[in-house]
Amino acid sequence: MRGGRIIGLHLGLIAVLFALNFLLPAYSHGTVARVMVLATYAMGYNILFGYTGLLSLGHAMFFAAGMYGLAMPMTHLGLGAGPALLTGIGAAAVLSLGVGLLALRTRGVAFMIVTLMFAQAAWLTILLAGRWTRGDEGVVIPQADRVLLGLDLSDPQTRYLAALALFSAVLFGTLWLVRQPMGRVLVAIRENEDRAELLGYDTFRHKLGAVVLSGTVSGAAGAAYGLFFGYAGASFAETHYSIFPLLWVLLGGAGTVIGPFLGTLFMFYLIDLASGLTPAYMLIAGVALVLLTLFAPQGLAGEIRRRWWRGLP
Amino acid sequence: MEFGPHLMLAVLEGAVTAAVLALMASGLSLVFGVMRVVNVAHGQFFMLGAVLAWAVSSAVSSALGGGAFGFVAAVLLAPVIAGALAVAADLTVLKRVGYDPERTIVATIGLLYILQQAALMTYGPEARPVAPPFNDRLALPWVAFGPEGPRLIWPWGLSITSYKLFVMGAAAAVLAGLWALMTRTGIGLVMRATQLDRETAQAFGIPVERVYAGVFGLGAALAALAGVLIVPIQQAHYLMGGDALLLSFIVVIIGGLGSLGGTVIAALLIGLSDGIVSVFFSPTLAKILATLLVALVLVFRPEGLRGKAAR
Amino acid sequence: MSALLSTRALSRSFGGLRAVHEVDLDLGPGEVRALIGPNGAGKTTFVSMLIGRVAPSSGRIVFDGQDITRLPAHARVRLGLAYTFQITSVFARLPVAENVALAARRRFGRDRAAVAAEVARTLGRVGLTGRDDSAAGDLSYGHQRLLELAMGLAQAPRVLILDEPTQGLSEPEIETFKALVRALAGETAILLIEHNMGVVMDLADRITVLDAGVVLAEGAPAAIRADARVQAAYLGRSADA
Repeated sequence: MRGGRIIGLHLGLIAVLFALNFLLPAYSHGTVARVMVLATYAMGYNILFGYTGLLSLGHAMFFAAGMYGLAMPMTHLGLGAGPALLTGIGAAAVLSLGVGLLALRTRGVAFMIVTLMFAQAAWLTILLAGRWTRGDEGVVIPQADRVLLGLDLSDPQTRYLAALALFSAVLFGTLWLVRQPMGRVLVAIRENEDRAELLGYDTFRHKLGAVVLSGTVSGAAGAAYGLFFGYAGASFAETHYSIFPLLWVLLGGAGTVIGPFLGTLFMFYLIDLASGLTPAYMLIAGVALVLLTLFAPQGLAGEIRRRWWRGLP
Repeated sequence: MEFGPHLMLAVLEGAVTAAVLALMASGLSLVFGVMRVVNVAHGQFFMLGAVLAWAVSSAVSSALGGGAFGFVAAVLLAPVIAGALAVAADLTVLKRVGYDPERTIVATIGLLYILQQAALMTYGPEARPVAPPFNDRLALPWVAFGPEGPRLIWPWGLSITSYKLFVMGAAAAVLAGLWALMTRTGIGLVMRATQLDRETAQAFGIPVERVYAGVFGLGAALAALAGVLIVPIQQAHYLMGGDALLLSFIVVIIGGLGSLGGTVIAALLIGLSDGIVSVFFSPTLAKILATLLVALVLVFRPEGLRGKAAR
Repeated sequence: MSALLSTRALSRSFGGLRAVHEVDLDLGPGEVRALIGPNGAGKTTFVSMLIGRVAPSSGRIVFDGQDITRLPAHARVRLGLAYTFQITSVFARLPVAENVALAARRRFGRDRAAVAAEVARTLGRVGLTGRDDSAAGDLSYGHQRLLELAMGLAQAPRVLILDEPTQGLSEPEIETFKALVRALAGETAILLIEHNMGVVMDLADRITVLDAGVVLAEGAPAAIRADARVQAAYLGRSADA
């Protein structure tokens, strides 16, 4: 019964997003496509932060690993979109495994700083390799190459549906994961790591699994972003892009399946609106972070869960 | 220039960086040491110091007609204003999240953006200089070994300005003062007691919340002072806090979180090597290596290079 | 040797302080052993070394013929050791049933029906039926202790280490607990740290007395009760209090 309602809610969201493909005006249509890809990034972040309780300040490196793992072979080796998507996701998976093995030796604040430092090094590396990455200027992926399985991803309709497909896959993947034994153990680690260890769970391996899963999903979002919008730039590896998913997830509700989407949607529109008014649009992000920390650490979906729907995953 | 004089110039430039860095990092270290929280907005107080230095000195100069008054006023005012802002932030935000380490980091990230973007809105995106109060060029000698034995030469370009010497001296004096404050005064005793055990300190009647607010303000004031001192050399810009924060992190972590002596030694190490490395290598590569080093120090030797292991 | 869990010269010092010094202990299969001693005798440090929360300074721990001295805690739990915390440590924000399910799931994995059955059975055994959906943190202190115990039971351990399980329990709850331990006798070996001498004398097959980190005496309850050194070191003191 309860499971039915939950599946219904998330299927409903997908249905609404699908309907919007035909209803939205051009500008919003492009924005929502972007939001779905970025929400996928946020869902990846949420696996680690929301469900496992590990706060990373360096997820931009995974997003960028996916993006550059796709863009570099495409622009320099002439690799097709399909295989390049795989190299992008693979690059993020390998990077997250390496970072996880090192960073998980630390806890709490040290974990946050270590991830921040690794991401900083990754961003600087992209700048250092400017000969190939063209640094801040970035590389443009030619329209002719952005064809996946015969679908032209530079076409707005196709791109929207491809973004929706990725988003749905990760949304239901998360929903499935958190009901699996592994997902339950991740939550147990978030709630009380010592106790989880003494129930016989190898908490290090579970956390490593969470880092790799989270980093890989984030990388898939980065690769998709590069492919769908035809561009890879160093700004996506900057600290901003590590803070954004934290902000989106906090706003939407950490440790909820639907929260990252809500948070990304709201914050994206808010920042979009603000950037029309002032160049200091990141002020919104700052104010939102402080207010969320003070008054709504549970976020939107977290409040819904607290007030009305206790079983919301 | 020969290799030797070149190296000496790099060392001198590095020493200026080290002096400013030591001031800034000691503020971060103090906050972490006493309050056990990481202030991610610390770099913004540095930026605030630099921007305020420009604002104060240009206001004073236009009122009094130039001279060193503007800079003196900036040195006195900017740290006080930044400190007061930090105290306000502590009381309205950090205190209310109970100084929980993770929530504090998220809140100070928010504070970072608020300060940085507020500077963009008011001060603008330009980089602006502040005239140093004095700026005499002092040529420096070098010992050359010719066929007739060692002799002093004055290589072209090997010089330092009196202002840069002043920065080193001022930083050393302030750090000595901070050390004396921590070890020789009642205020320092109260701070160290709070650092050792918050509950016990509270039980002994130490007003822990006021100590926290004061320490947070003092930390920000130190960063702001560093910003004031650097601005005649480097110009004020609203984005200058990011790199400064990163370097401070590096220093504080290598020096051992919360240890003032370690922080100063690490600032010298990083400042000097930054000066030397970036003269001879790509600065980007130097930064990559430095950030990776810090990450690995935290992973494998979290007590810092000098600190003692916990327990 | 028929011991299931043995320690040889197990020691741990913190700085210069010898918390546990060269303790030899043999726990037989199905045995109920009480570990008693005054506060600060090193009981909790000793069992923390058994389960792997504290690394020994020296000495060996052998479980079922295998040296486990260097195994991480989770691996020891997998071999069949279970531990309940002295200071209640449950997943406070998760439902009661999920707390027990996490303990049971390691054995039953994806078999949801089996996990659910085990949860219901275990909660019934400790008398917490009907509280499945409450957040564990909302339970009374005594009920949280019982939940801790249920989490231990749901793992079906071969050795169950209970660190002061009756602390904070009411008299009827203590009776339930005693009945539970008696029912477990033979099924699993139990190492019980306990201050309530009534519980110890009722339940223990043998008693080991720790004082200042060393074994002061070991024997059947009657013998321990009669031991003059034990009376001086421990029983006497608690009688005065």
